[in-house]
Amino acid sequence: MLGIFLRRILLAIPVLIAVASITFFLVRLAPGGPFDADKAVSEQVLKNLNEAYNLNAPLSEQYFDYMSGILVGDFGPSFRFPGRSVTELIMTGLPVTFELAIYSMLIALFIGILSGVTAALKRNTFLDYIPMSIAMIGICVPTFLLGPLLVLIFGINLELLPVSGWGQLPGDKILPSLTLGFAYAAYIARLSRGGMLEILNQDFIRTARAKGLSEKMVVIKHAMQGGLIPVVSFLGPAVAGLLAGSFVVETIFQIPGLGRFYVEAAFNRDYTMILGTTIFFSFMIVFFNLLSDIVALWLNPRSRDT
Amino acid sequence: MRYSYLFIILFLIGCSSGTTPVDNAVEAKVLHYGNGTEPQGLDPHIVTGVPEHHLLLALCEGLTSSNPRGGESLPGSAASWDISDDGKVYTFYLQENGKWSNGDDVTAEDYVWSWQRILTPSLGSQYPDMLYYVQNAEEFHNGTIDDFSNVGVKALNSKTLEVTLKEPTPFFLGLLSHYSTWPVHKPTVLKHGTMDDRNGQWTRPGNFVCNGPFNLKTWELNKKIVVDKNPLYWDADIVELNEIHFYPISNEMTEERMFRAGQLHVTSTFPSNKCEPNIQEINPNIKIHPYMGTYFYRFNTANKALDDVRVRKALAYSIDRQKIVESVTRCGQIPAYSFTPPGSNGFYPDTKIPYDVDLARNLLKEAGYDSGEKFPVLEILFNTSEGHRKVALAIQQMWQQNLGINVELVNQDWKVYLSREMIGDFQVSRAGWIGDYEDPNTFLDTMRPNRGNNKTRWDNYEFDGLLAKANATLDQEERYKILMEAERLLIDEMPIAPIYTYVRVYQLHEDVKGWYPNILSHHHPKYIRIERD
Repeated sequence: MLGIFLRRILLAIPVLIAVASITFFLVRLAPGGPFDADKAVSEQVLKNLNEAYNLNAPLSEQYFDYMSGILVGDFGPSFRFPGRSVTELIMTGLPVTFELAIYSMLIALFIGILSGVTAALKRNTFLDYIPMSIAMIGICVPTFLLGPLLVLIFGINLELLPVSGWGQLPGDKILPSLTLGFAYAAYIARLSRGGMLEILNQDFIRTARAKGLSEKMVVIKHAMQGGLIPVVSFLGPAVAGLLAGSFVVETIFQIPGLGRFYVEAAFNRDYTMILGTTIFFSFMIVFFNLLSDIVALWLNPRSRDT
Repeated sequence: MRYSYLFIILFLIGCSSGTTPVDNAVEAKVLHYGNGTEPQGLDPHIVTGVPEHHLLLALCEGLTSSNPRGGESLPGSAASWDISDDGKVYTFYLQENGKWSNGDDVTAEDYVWSWQRILTPSLGSQYPDMLYYVQNAEEFHNGTIDDFSNVGVKALNSKTLEVTLKEPTPFFLGLLSHYSTWPVHKPTVLKHGTMDDRNGQWTRPGNFVCNGPFNLKTWELNKKIVVDKNPLYWDADIVELNEIHFYPISNEMTEERMFRAGQLHVTSTFPSNKCEPNIQEINPNIKIHPYMGTYFYRFNTANKALDDVRVRKALAYSIDRQKIVESVTRCGQIPAYSFTPPGSNGFYPDTKIPYDVDLARNLLKEAGYDSGEKFPVLEILFNTSEGHRKVALAIQQMWQQNLGINVELVNQDWKVYLSREMIGDFQVSRAGWIGDYEDPNTFLDTMRPNRGNNKTRWDNYEFDGLLAKANATLDQEERYKILMEAERLLIDEMPIAPIYTYVRVYQLHEDVKGWYPNILSHHHPKYIRIERD
């Protein structure tokens, strides 16, 4: 298992270098530059600005400068926000995005596993059809619809919760976490139902029941351990997706997370910020995939013993 | 299970506090301000946007300050001024009790140093041209001269500043209310970087020193910026607000919901798809005020089909502007028949752009296109936005129906659109211009040859001469006559087709007092109060 672990880590390094290099050249190919603005700047000013950010140097030189900067953890200054480094901006948004991701994931796991397992146990009854239909809707309804809908009901009509913000007013973290968590809950519900159904037909479950174990023990101790492996495999990419894909929810709820920096950097052609966030998210995706693979391996008795 | 539902319901009820930030603000005298996007920064010599302007109005002050009701500028950091008979030498007498927020005196030397800073090429400021009217300022910025003492700004003593201009420039005082001309605190800037350091840390909370009615208290990126009352401000007695909370909300729907939920006093915009003809009667919080901005289409006069003025006129005459504002934009916009919006500091252009399909067809025929089919396919370039697309669709249909020409719509990402306009890779492009100061010059100047914002390749030296002449004319009436001539020439040559004059549409809570509509939409926070009737 240690071998697999080391091999995966070694493989991640060229992946990250490739991502950084491809992104570096792709953003330069995109038309328009960081200093193009509605009020046109004169050639003289543009020259001064390019000089200030070393954009006049040959591209190869800029590339090697940038890559050697990354090695020592320097992602350069942001072009859009003078006086702020990309590392600082990432570090400002990351805790918020991370917190949002954790709450959403907890909500998703709670609702998803509960309804998935219930559906599997009460197969072909209303307790199966209703949660699974809701899950289907959850997968289909995009967050940009669900978010404003929840705001309309709980924020504006019932006046129970704030409509936006993060840590500014009591309860303002509930609606964004629910919005983001609900879509993932739907996936988890379907995955756990499928996984559980498969396990519940296995011989060792029959043995456990034959031993006279209570249904509760059979489900919690024996069935869920194997039945939830698909959920664990899904969690890695899901957490990475939550981190990188929370832009919509961050915009709807006015949350100062990383997703907004990421998308706005692309619109602003903030070269260093685009690169910094892309490399960071790639790292996260690689890391969480690796983590979920390891947990799934550990949970699966067949591979754990080898 | 039953208990967990109960817990969630109790939790939700517990969260509902009953009072909103807007309710709490009456006592605390706090203004909750929707401020568009996250500001780039707070260095007045580096930043360029409207959200930045709102913040800087609270934090810093120039020689003059914008009038809350529009019109003539009011004294700011300068208590009074004299203008020489030839209109070229301005002597400013600074406020005797003018202080920086750290207690230092605001001096004339501070202005000299600050203007040297913005004109230093290596700073890469995007607004140095605001000071090009000062003698030798342009030359210093271009590197033609190295010695700043040759530039027309001098400290006669610690509280007297003398500015010498190239030409009389009657709008110079208005221009001084633009933040690019405002001073920065030299010791603070130098403590956290060099004079030309774009990445200096002096604008961070704790470091920031400026001379406005408010101090920078906290700055949480993408969340909010809080400023609180500066007791050392020379006019602190009239400042009634204790704090202003600026929220960077880029999504107009989110902003609208925040307003409805009592989290904001004022929004930066209003969703145009919610605008209806009688919206102000339905919702008195919605404000629609004239704004010094023009929505127009640029014609690329270097394009073979568009280099003929008759073609440009035919296109402009076949746009039904009234229909566009009534059926497409629908938010109180005003059809535009001139480039300069009417009412810019008393300037009312008399130009006319008829909606006359027969005349337009004849002009096209005269230009050699018997029928529209012979006309090459015309592309309208615009940046991706639902509003721009709707206007472009309407104009596409008008041109196709009225002139029979084929029109294609090309929408591009903002930066691609800017870059294509800049290199001239377009035929017709959507454009908008908002005045920087209250004078027709802020519009007409952009159409002079070699101006970066001209973009139409229309180089008319008669027009250029008229503007130069107007800038050198002291008598306002005479000057407006010359500018009127320039405006007529522009509309007669039609390198651009004005479509409508902007309005500012936003929401304002009834607790906000001392907020007056004005054409630049500058609302100086020192006059704003929070009172509940």
